[in-house]
Amino acid sequence: MKPIAIFRAALLGLAVSGAGGVSAVAGTYNISVDNIRMDTGDFKKKAIGYNNSQIPTVLRFKEGETVTLNVTNNLRESTSIHWHGLILPFDQDGVPGISFNGINPGTTFTYNFPIEQAGTYWFHSHTGFQEPDGAYGAIVIEPKRHDPFHADRDYVVQLTDKHPHSGNKIFRNVKRSADYYNRTQRTLEDLLRSTRADGLKATLQERKMWGRMRMTPTDIEDIQGFTPLINGQSTKQNWTGIFKAGEKVRLRLINSSAMTYFDVRVPGLKMTVVQADGLDVKPVKVDELRISVAETYDVIVQPTKNMPYSVIAESMGRTALVRGTLSPQPGLVGGVPALRKQPLLTMADMAGMMGGMGGMNMDDMDMGGMQMNLTDTGMGDMKMPMDEADPHAGHDMESMDMGDMKMPENDMSAMKMPTTDADPHAGHNMQGMDMGGMKMSKKEMSGMNNGANGKTAFYAPGSGLTPTAANGGKFLSYNDLKARKPLFRDRKATRTIELRLTGNMERYIWSINGVKMDDADPIMLNYGERVRFKFVNETMMAHPMHLHGMWSILDTGKGKWDPVKHTINVNPGTTVYTETEVDATGQWAFHCHLSYHAEAGMFRKVVVVGGPA
Amino acid sequence: MKTSLTIGAVALSLGTLIAGASSAQMATYGVRANQLEYRFGENNEEALAWDFDYIYGTDELKFLFRSTGEMDTATNDFGSLETQLRLQKPISTFFDAVVGLQANTPTNEPDRTNLVLAVQGLAPQWFEIEGGLYLSEYSSARFEAEYTALLTNRLFLIPDIEVTMPFVDDIASGQAAGGATVEIGARLSYDLVGRAISPYIGVNYEKSFGGTADLIEAGGGQSDNLSFVVGTRLFF
Repeated sequence: MKPIAIFRAALLGLAVSGAGGVSAVAGTYNISVDNIRMDTGDFKKKAIGYNNSQIPTVLRFKEGETVTLNVTNNLRESTSIHWHGLILPFDQDGVPGISFNGINPGTTFTYNFPIEQAGTYWFHSHTGFQEPDGAYGAIVIEPKRHDPFHADRDYVVQLTDKHPHSGNKIFRNVKRSADYYNRTQRTLEDLLRSTRADGLKATLQERKMWGRMRMTPTDIEDIQGFTPLINGQSTKQNWTGIFKAGEKVRLRLINSSAMTYFDVRVPGLKMTVVQADGLDVKPVKVDELRISVAETYDVIVQPTKNMPYSVIAESMGRTALVRGTLSPQPGLVGGVPALRKQPLLTMADMAGMMGGMGGMNMDDMDMGGMQMNLTDTGMGDMKMPMDEADPHAGHDMESMDMGDMKMPENDMSAMKMPTTDADPHAGHNMQGMDMGGMKMSKKEMSGMNNGANGKTAFYAPGSGLTPTAANGGKFLSYNDLKARKPLFRDRKATRTIELRLTGNMERYIWSINGVKMDDADPIMLNYGERVRFKFVNETMMAHPMHLHGMWSILDTGKGKWDPVKHTINVNPGTTVYTETEVDATGQWAFHCHLSYHAEAGMFRKVVVVGGPA
Repeated sequence: MKTSLTIGAVALSLGTLIAGASSAQMATYGVRANQLEYRFGENNEEALAWDFDYIYGTDELKFLFRSTGEMDTATNDFGSLETQLRLQKPISTFFDAVVGLQANTPTNEPDRTNLVLAVQGLAPQWFEIEGGLYLSEYSSARFEAEYTALLTNRLFLIPDIEVTMPFVDDIASGQAAGGATVEIGARLSYDLVGRAISPYIGVNYEKSFGGTADLIEAGGGQSDNLSFVVGTRLFF
């Protein structure tokens, strides 16, 4: 199969279910893993491609079919394919060292498993940095029964962040210099600008505070300098999906990036979100959504005019965007908007790090200069919500001045930064922390009732990452996701497992509970139990956590209507709960899906004990 | 000769140690030159100077080879030539403990070997610092600090300071107890190719104090020296 044929298939064939060279209806599928030369329009480089192409292969399955997948490794190194989000026997899951031994060069490995679900998923290599190097593709599974969200056109929109450096080189560089790829750091110009805006004293104080912690508010995208692609094509190459005015167009958004979260919009059109991570949700109309690494969202748009519409995926850190086009005819090109202003992390995003001081060794940190006045940058945005259980709730906050207050260890438990956490600081060593100059006005305190509206804070209140839609409209939140049909009976979890997401940004070490994969014991689960995971993000970066083999029910407080996902984003300074029905025996991977975080150690093996052999 | 043998033996054993420690995970490695420059001094003195590291190891333990020196381009004499083999181990979030060996082999002075005990890392407010003891019968201490000011995201002003304080007289090497030598510099650097090649221009000023200055002046030298520098930083 020549690349051009696949190209055409991807461009035109996707609209018709079952069409396209590599998309067969029958149960046997062949995939070759090849070294290719990739051309993004910005740069050319050696890469890996499935079926000899930089256009990702789309596998189209039918719910209920048993698939046989012959994967031929034409590389000079071992490879693997993981079927991301698919429920299957663990020895088919494709993680070297956990599910199997990998696929040796020059050999063909045959996967064989039943397809027990429908929806949009994807597949990728789980070996080294082959996925960032290009080894990814899409899976579309047609439901057995009528698809409630059937559309006139159906396109995969698979995103990636193609970098001119190889994965190995990137990892080596960030290990030796964590900010190697950060070209959006604050400069002299920013210093002058904020001096003009906030005065020299406030500016220096704010800089001093970040400097004391040796953190930067610009640390949002670890790895910059990439060219984002839609279905293997850059803005210049302009992926195009054809429609006729009035038709419903389903876009199956898949974020296959190594490191980059994308904010996706189709200017001029509302997007109706109908599926998240392969499972149907109650339709919700939005103007824009953020897709974490490894997530999928299916949206339906209905272009009414005979004109090109841009599909825009802009990186969360606003360092790059890619434009594809929905067009009434080939050859038309949608507009390319300017990148929006780069966000800055705030003190709110750092809240988790304060809680994590035990692991972070911040003994020498004191917050002397910290003032809680509201400015539009830095910790000025910090709000400290407190929940009902707060022992200080009855105190008179109006006149509260924390000026000379040194907080003994157990007093800190009253200061909850993310509200959903019952006791975030318990047991942590806060002895060295001196909140000396901290003052709060009544106004700020009054804003501290997050959680009262019954919604979970998936961004730390005051977080610099909190997104807004480009047109000022509706931006999708996890709180908007409601399962269309409950997948599991709602029952109480048997126990809670706390997973603190930890790291050392300066050394580029990433871990769970302060322990890297290499040094960690597996997480042991019992078949048949329902386990609750408590993710506490103690770093300043967002982490998309992916549990293999079993679903993650995201706790949004909706009981049986909680959305069910395979990848859960945990933002800095927040605590997120998921529950998992342990219904798949064997051993599984559980990790942050940012490629370089996973490799650096934010990874666990999960062993499910018992169950059918 | 004896020095180089010792260093070779230490290198071998360190290599073995690292190989053992890094078996479980991917080792990182690479070359970094913080300075590789031509110095144009007063009185038409010109010299080639460098500060070059090769690092290999894991999060837990790293091996470092360091070469620093200054070669007079008229005479090809090494005014200073320093080779270090170091092991670095994290002791806190931002700091490493360092144990190593240092060999000083300048052209016109006797060779000296020191045991190095140091702490290095990132201090609050982004100062890269290192404090070390160089222990032998001619022991000394050294403190280094460097700061990178971002004028833009590619153009940096990098001031640095290095203070060396001999504890005992080493007349043959031109060092007197308590006579500090201070080197300060400022370099304006531009990231030309990624962070791999970053050419710079700058100034470097070196001044000795106390007995050390007296020794240099007694030998007909100058106890302070200002030079303009042109060079490049490297990171591979």
